[in-house]
Amino acid sequence: MTIAKKAVVWGLFAAGGTLTSFVYPALIVLFLLTSMGMVPANLQFDQFYAFASSWVGKLCLFVVLFLSLWHAAHRLRVVVHDFGIRQDKLVARAVYTVASLGTVLTAFYLLTI
Amino acid sequence: MSTRNLELEVMRYDPEKDEAPYFQKYTVPCPEEWVILDALNYVRDELDTTLAFRWSCHMMVCGSCGMMVNGEPSLTCKTFIRDLPDKVRIEPLENFPIERDLIVVFDDVIQKLHKVQPYIMRKDAPPEDKEFTQTPAQLMKFKQLTMCINCMCCYAACPQYGLDNNFIGPAALALAHRYNLDNRDQGKSERLDILADYDGVWECSFVGACSEVCPKHVDPAAALQQMKVDGAVEYWKQKLGMTGEKK
Amino acid sequence: MSRRPYVRPISKTTWFMRNGRYKIYVLRELTSFLVAFYSFYTICALAILASGSVEKWDSFITAQQCTGWAIFHAVALLYFLFFQTFPWFKLAPKAMPVQVGDKKLPDSYIIVGHYVAWIFISVFILWLAGAL
Repeated sequence: MTIAKKAVVWGLFAAGGTLTSFVYPALIVLFLLTSMGMVPANLQFDQFYAFASSWVGKLCLFVVLFLSLWHAAHRLRVVVHDFGIRQDKLVARAVYTVASLGTVLTAFYLLTI
Repeated sequence: MSTRNLELEVMRYDPEKDEAPYFQKYTVPCPEEWVILDALNYVRDELDTTLAFRWSCHMMVCGSCGMMVNGEPSLTCKTFIRDLPDKVRIEPLENFPIERDLIVVFDDVIQKLHKVQPYIMRKDAPPEDKEFTQTPAQLMKFKQLTMCINCMCCYAACPQYGLDNNFIGPAALALAHRYNLDNRDQGKSERLDILADYDGVWECSFVGACSEVCPKHVDPAAALQQMKVDGAVEYWKQKLGMTGEKK
Repeated sequence: MSRRPYVRPISKTTWFMRNGRYKIYVLRELTSFLVAFYSFYTICALAILASGSVEKWDSFITAQQCTGWAIFHAVALLYFLFFQTFPWFKLAPKAMPVQVGDKKLPDSYIIVGHYVAWIFISVFILWLAGAL
């Protein structure tokens, strides 16, 4: 059977694209509020630490970051291709390695908290 | 009835004389109800009998008069003069080799249409003295995809096909999807071998241009996304052994 | 008569400059840089949080507070909305068509559904963060 492995990364890309479309605008608003000095109450250390300590919080953060990273990685691979760089295998390895690294770091930090 | 002078810039190429294509200008007095195809016929009948282009039905059925009209892949029989500026540039469909003037070579896509096995495949013998039945709801699942007239405008609009013509491309993949969605068909997994392989659906990056230029509103881009979802689901089904199909 | 089909050259690097449709497509694909940026930014925040030091966290938050960042986030927000969120919702019914009986559910229903869900989710996240 020859369903290309691209099926796997495309699945993550599609799931991640849907998720980022829904979640990232609000996330960017949080960054924006913080940069304007209106730091949201639950982004203070104690509150945010408590959130990231709970299993629900860990799970939410992990799923969002995991899918977003793989979404970005796959789309970047296509962007590089569209800009005329045709070393697809090499590019794929590079972007997916970075996404894997990000995923592992996310898991590591969340488990430390 | 008003007549307007249209300045046509037509791409010409004679394989026996020309090294490369060039543009030739014609001034055509056009009644406003004319389409581009009428203007081209005027050129051939009245101004220049050497201009070569394909057409047949003049009514959006045969799919042979597809050309680039001001950079947009179009059926020239449904592109009205009244919707266009005074200067119009006509080129052969992009992403295809030019045979002569406005005529392009479709051989590559014709092969691809064959390759995707666009016919009903059955594992069992057909029932004797009976036909396979289909409800209106089952027909509705793929009816839009049967509207394709192979005008190849979608291929001219698809940058991924232009950059790498190993890609099976919009019309052929949409046609394959039409049979995958047909309740009488049992060849989906066999077809998936071709469709979900490299050069299949994954080469599509959902630019969406194919659907925007399609004169019959077939929406190949939608078909391709659905096939990607199918491919992704099918991949895991096979990995997890959830299918009775061959490994 | 000899056949000698002519193949028109296409630039592999600037093909998308040919028409507006391709340019919008490339702008859409470039949102991946924003997703990557904000993902790693958030991971950095988690790293600082994981260190368990209140001082480090507070100085991280303070470091965010400048006009430059505010402008960057505001522009990023608009760019993201117009080239990722809205196009994604618009294209969603294509990938997941819904048929009820022998009629296809109009695309607009699915698109509106996405917007409603999006507003709900956004309000929830902002509420959760204590910004409302």
